[in-house]
Amino acid sequence: MLGLLCAILQLPFVRLGSWLRETAPIVSVAILLLVGAEAITTGWRWLPLPYFPSPARVLRTIIDNRAILWNSTWHSLILLISGYMLGVLVGLVSGVCIGWFKHARYWGMPILKVIGPIPATAWIPLALVLSPSAMLSAIGIIALAVWFPVTMLTASGISNTKASYLDVARTLGASRAYLIFRVAIPAALPNIFLGLFMGLGSAFLTLIVAETVGVKSGLGWYLSWSREWAEYGKVYGALVIMAIFFSSIMTALFWVRDRVLVWQKGTIKW
Amino acid sequence: MVAAASTTTGSALRVRNVSKHFTTTDGSALPALLSASLEVGAGEFISLIGPSGCGKSTLLRLIAGLDVPGAGELFVGGEPIKGPSASRGLVFQDPNLFPWLTVRHNVESGLVARGVLKEKKHEVDEFIRLVGLEEFRDSFPHHLSGGMAQRAALARAMINHPEILLLDEPLGALDAFTRMRMQDEVLRLWQARRTTMLLVTHDIDEAIYMSDSIVLMSPRPGRIERIIPVNLERPRDRSSAGFLQLRSGILELLHFAGHVSA
Repeated sequence: MLGLLCAILQLPFVRLGSWLRETAPIVSVAILLLVGAEAITTGWRWLPLPYFPSPARVLRTIIDNRAILWNSTWHSLILLISGYMLGVLVGLVSGVCIGWFKHARYWGMPILKVIGPIPATAWIPLALVLSPSAMLSAIGIIALAVWFPVTMLTASGISNTKASYLDVARTLGASRAYLIFRVAIPAALPNIFLGLFMGLGSAFLTLIVAETVGVKSGLGWYLSWSREWAEYGKVYGALVIMAIFFSSIMTALFWVRDRVLVWQKGTIKW
Repeated sequence: MVAAASTTTGSALRVRNVSKHFTTTDGSALPALLSASLEVGAGEFISLIGPSGCGKSTLLRLIAGLDVPGAGELFVGGEPIKGPSASRGLVFQDPNLFPWLTVRHNVESGLVARGVLKEKKHEVDEFIRLVGLEEFRDSFPHHLSGGMAQRAALARAMINHPEILLLDEPLGALDAFTRMRMQDEVLRLWQARRTTMLLVTHDIDEAIYMSDSIVLMSPRPGRIERIIPVNLERPRDRSSAGFLQLRSGILELLHFAGHVSA
């Protein structure tokens, strides 16, 4: 009886044990680095203050400023999601059109080639003048940054659909809608996801810049505001939160991709 | 066999003086097929053989409606061919299964494309069983062997009950044993459904083993050289005297008859 109880209680620890075994090297190195940083900053004071506060101090700052950090993260999230979604939506539509229809390609490609490579942040001065609110202009700028890679990769994926897939579908009685939505788009999905990842990268960049110059809220604003006051503890705090924030969103996109592209499992690794 | 119960008989095919040119990169016209004429009766099994570049695949694509002839006319059951249709199925050497769909969804894609999935859903399992892929119905194509993938491709083409099935070297990439097993499988499908079959192949034995008559083609420009009827009892014995005699006759016509040219 006691043995059984022990066995049951042991179960979560067995899983914890195997998880620990797998992550032990990387976790121990991380701890070692943190301890090292603590020793260098607080212990020996090798690095000049206020630029290099100790890890413990940064943690303290994060805890002390949790309300404003939480608020900034929330604002950044809303801005990022709205801009990203808008960019993805428009990018997918324009990408499919340019990839599939000859006329859309003829007229769309030059626009894409001329407008696309301009970093979206270069539009900020113009956007601030044109848009009624800083928030809207930031959404537009982020959407523009996302739109380019998503359109480019979607279009190339669609136009590179293996001709024999389309031939097979035609001999199966496929309509044009079937060819686009059930052959070309699925065939282009690996490419489309590349565009989504690249778009997410430029969305992060554009978000931080837009918050610094235009919108007066969010993590980007918090970061530059802290720097102006030379509160480097807060700067590092913001960086830590950004790392967690951005990598969670990246992970979420990876999760979506693994679900959607489950048919590629075992054929492609990236 | 359940699927055989709902038999659709094949259609007759008429190809009249069909020519097709391709434009090369330097702008000159390359004749791929020159004035080809061919009559195929409903439910017949015809093989097209000949060296590469003789326009076999071109002819098949024209019949499928994927290409338009430069001159001449093509009719199926008296109707001119105006483009691709579900009544003319096509199977390539590469199975070309949609990699993003499982075997089951690949097989039913013809029904989805025609918008009849609901009424014909029960046939999906029938056809998967017919080609022996019950255990792999939920597998993705990259988990299948070449032979299994080609059987799935056959099922996908057959589920639309095509009047004509066009086979463009469908067994070309398979090893010898799988190939012979698949030949019997295709014949079984043909006998069960009486679909008109056109098979493009490089393999003379395959052509003799399977077809009612063999269309011999010659290259550059592609033209129909001769039509050879195969009057052998089915099932055919690959080592019977009649088989071997026919084989050497065709080899002779293709100039591969035993002696090395000096």
